[in-house]
Amino acid sequence: MPLLDVRDLTVEFPTRRGTLRALDRVSFSIESGEILGVVGESGAGKSLTGAAIVGLLERPGRIASGEIRLDGQRIDNLAPEPLRRIRGRRIGTIFQDPLTTLNPLYTIGRQLTETMQTHMRLTDAEARRKAIGWLDRVGIPAAAQRIDAYPHEFSGGQRQRVVIALALCAEPALVIADEPTTALDVSIQAQIITLLKNLTRDHGTAVMLVTHDMGVIAETADRVAVMYAGRIVEIGPVAAVIRQPAHPYTDGLMASIPSLEHRVDRLRQIDGAMPRLDAIPAGCRFHPRCPRVFARCHKEQPELLPAGATNAACWLHANG
Amino acid sequence: MFGFIGSRLLQAVPVLLVVGFIAFALFDYVGDPVSILLGQDHTEAQRVALVQQLGLDQPFFVQYARFLWTALHGNFGISYRLAQPVSSLIAERLPATLELAITASVLAFAIGVPMGVYTGIHRNTLLSRLFMIVSLVGVSLPTFLLGILLILLFAVWLGWLPSFGRGPVVHLGGWWTTGFTSWAGIRSLILPAITLGMFQMTLIMRLVRAEMLEVLRTDYIKFARARGLTNRAINFGHALKNTLVPVITIMGLQFGGIVAFSLVTETVFQWPGMGLLLVQSVAVADIPVMSAYLLLIALVFVLINLVVDLLYYAVDPRLRVRR
Repeated sequence: MPLLDVRDLTVEFPTRRGTLRALDRVSFSIESGEILGVVGESGAGKSLTGAAIVGLLERPGRIASGEIRLDGQRIDNLAPEPLRRIRGRRIGTIFQDPLTTLNPLYTIGRQLTETMQTHMRLTDAEARRKAIGWLDRVGIPAAAQRIDAYPHEFSGGQRQRVVIALALCAEPALVIADEPTTALDVSIQAQIITLLKNLTRDHGTAVMLVTHDMGVIAETADRVAVMYAGRIVEIGPVAAVIRQPAHPYTDGLMASIPSLEHRVDRLRQIDGAMPRLDAIPAGCRFHPRCPRVFARCHKEQPELLPAGATNAACWLHANG
Repeated sequence: MFGFIGSRLLQAVPVLLVVGFIAFALFDYVGDPVSILLGQDHTEAQRVALVQQLGLDQPFFVQYARFLWTALHGNFGISYRLAQPVSSLIAERLPATLELAITASVLAFAIGVPMGVYTGIHRNTLLSRLFMIVSLVGVSLPTFLLGILLILLFAVWLGWLPSFGRGPVVHLGGWWTTGFTSWAGIRSLILPAITLGMFQMTLIMRLVRAEMLEVLRTDYIKFARARGLTNRAINFGHALKNTLVPVITIMGLQFGGIVAFSLVTETVFQWPGMGLLLVQSVAVADIPVMSAYLLLIALVFVLINLVVDLLYYAVDPRLRVRR
């Protein structure tokens, strides 16, 4: 049984001019201790998927259909209180911008102990000892002294380390990391990714790593899901997706990444832009931009089908 | 810390000097004190003697310096109207005004903040809409009208509460008087305090609501939710504390305003405070009282600003810059 199992997750935003479908029958699963990378352009629904899993969709967004199971137990239809107990305790979350995710008015120690004591029975002294341990583990030097410092007294990279400690301190089985390095200096990004990878490996924590950085995915993830306009278009082992992408969109995505091995004059790019939610084309959502489009793509929407070592939602693989 | 307080007090000196100048200039521009004191029948010799006695023949700056010097010693001259030292007149009235102002502010804060938090969190419930309508009434109803309506309802029709005065008071220490020791005193305080605090309360409620709406959208609140903290901890711990800095600012200014300008409320309820004293003094151009009042209010605002700065310092660690 997978740790997290998402089946046909559909998220809708009712608006005055009709209902917008931001996620359309998204299905994937994550095994214990596995790292699943989720890539795609801005607005493809990556972060929304994470928010839907922990029940923090912003209104008026709502889960219209589908199921989310954690350890076999359904969590998409839970009442607010049981869902709150899952957040932090069984599913941790790491946000994008460490400069704004920490409350400026509380010490980092208080934010850590507060999180742990919400979910676990700990005395103040135990919680403080554990908090220092976590700061130490995420690489904050002189943790015992720094625990009483305020967020503004840390650099951006250090704050993201604190955020990681906050996400992991109640020992969740799954962490949803929503673009954890996007807001950081390039020189810090690798450190933070390595830290996240090592810590989750040591604790056996599974990770859903949302990013648009294929380099991070290549180095970190076990499997990768590619999202486009609210759907997963390809999912499979990271090496297969990178080397032999089965979906033309993934192919275009990979070709647009510069490589040191092959010198090219001009990087390839995918023509056009991702459709807006209120103007999703009929048939395959990618067909207006697809270099290999044919008649069937205009009419029917493809589901995920086995395509070599991965699964792809593309009619090219319908008979394969 | 002490350096901070010291520098703030130093900054207050020019403010007080300027206000002192205006208070001083009142004597020259609002009537002639000599003819006021002497009345209509006097000899030229009497006039010259009084001018010399009051030091009015001295150069302007000497007079100003002398005014400041005596004011610094708490001596503001004699009231024209009551023929008593202004300082003792004010000392007599100050406790009544402060007691009323503090009660009104505490009431406004204790009711306004929870109402603001509630309407900020539950934007569309029936109760929220009701609070918003009540607050609109509170903001737009003039103080004198509210006071009169309250008197009509609770004093005239229902007969529950007294309509004027401070009730029995007890002397505490040297000069402080309080109405808190008896039920009658507290009852007398209720209507004026509501009248005076209503505007403040609605202001605080609307401010807290607006700030809550702002803060609840921030990333650190979303992250607090993602960490599974309880709603109570998020709303009243993380969110409310982040709304406090602007609330403290407004509270401070409003408290100053209440102390300084409780004229209307004190007049409506015949409350024996400084506001009523000022209204009565203005009516007969009692300059020494008006000038002393001006200086005192300037001092109150300076002190409130200092307290507000210290509260910022306590609430927001980012302002505690190491010097």
